[in-house]
Amino acid sequence: MNIAVTTDHFDAESLPSASEAGPAPKRVVVAYGFWIFLLSDIVMFSALFAGYAVLMHATAGGPTGATLFDQSSVAIETGCLLASSYTCGLMSLAINSRRRHATYLGAVLTFVLGAAFLALEIHEFATMVALGAAPERSAFLSAFFTLVGCHGLHVGIGLIWLTIMMAQLAIQGFRPIVERRLLCFSLFWHALDIIWVGLFTVVYLMGVSS
Amino acid sequence: MTATQYDRAPGDRSRPADLQRGAPQGVLLYTIGLGLAVILTATSFWAANTSLLWPPGVPLGLAALAITQMGVHLVFFLHITSGPDNTNNVLALAFGVLIVFLVITGSLWIMTNLNENMMPSSELMSLHPTTTNHH
Repeated sequence: MNIAVTTDHFDAESLPSASEAGPAPKRVVVAYGFWIFLLSDIVMFSALFAGYAVLMHATAGGPTGATLFDQSSVAIETGCLLASSYTCGLMSLAINSRRRHATYLGAVLTFVLGAAFLALEIHEFATMVALGAAPERSAFLSAFFTLVGCHGLHVGIGLIWLTIMMAQLAIQGFRPIVERRLLCFSLFWHALDIIWVGLFTVVYLMGVSS
Repeated sequence: MTATQYDRAPGDRSRPADLQRGAPQGVLLYTIGLGLAVILTATSFWAANTSLLWPPGVPLGLAALAITQMGVHLVFFLHITSGPDNTNNVLALAFGVLIVFLVITGSLWIMTNLNENMMPSSELMSLHPTTTNHH
């Protein structure tokens, strides 16, 4: 780590700045564009968070969060998503050093952990609906299903995306375009984990403790 | 070495030409991030369920833990740094954080204010018979 810091320092002083160097490589442009998309996605989630925070106590005489939420299930979901983010990071290291088998291993672990998260969440939703706590029961439950369901939908899309990327890697190999898409996928996956941190804190932990 | 200094792509730990070096350092970085995230998550779940802490302070503590963990994810998983090749990424992030802050605090502020100014539901109920009598 120290070595990286000193070379960065050296580069910054002796080389022309980014604006003098001409157009940036496509990898940088694509990843930056996707970073902007992710930030706008996070802004959309902030509106759903605000809606949930406003409607949190509007239970209309129906079940509250404290009676519905199962903390041990949420803890397992959190662990799955965090571990999946870690294996996704290891996968992007394997991609950078062109290790094909390590990439597949990382992708399989990421997929399995993400699918386990999604299965637990769907099971939780089904249990709640069976108890009569469906989205139409109260404003609180509408906001809950919108916020948590939207995150779950993102995870589901991410799983499909990962499957497609592995097929592309198997057919096309480590081509620059495949590597750029895989970089975007890992950004997407890490961003979903950041949203989940806010989600389990606001929805599950604050909802139960207050 | 690269001939010129470009911006760094978000998520990349080093510039494109240097990417293939230093994989063990990368594993260490992700593992440190995972360890910190596990500690912070475990503390959050403990704080929400314990009776040892002062209850009104718990939500504030949970918010602080969550924001810290988001920072850990940004630094160790997304490799956002304060380096000169990361300025664009940090500025975009700062703008996103500003909008998120405005949307959430603005909504909560306005809705709390409206709730306080709303007529209590008991008075609202007593108005109903008079309005129906007029028709």
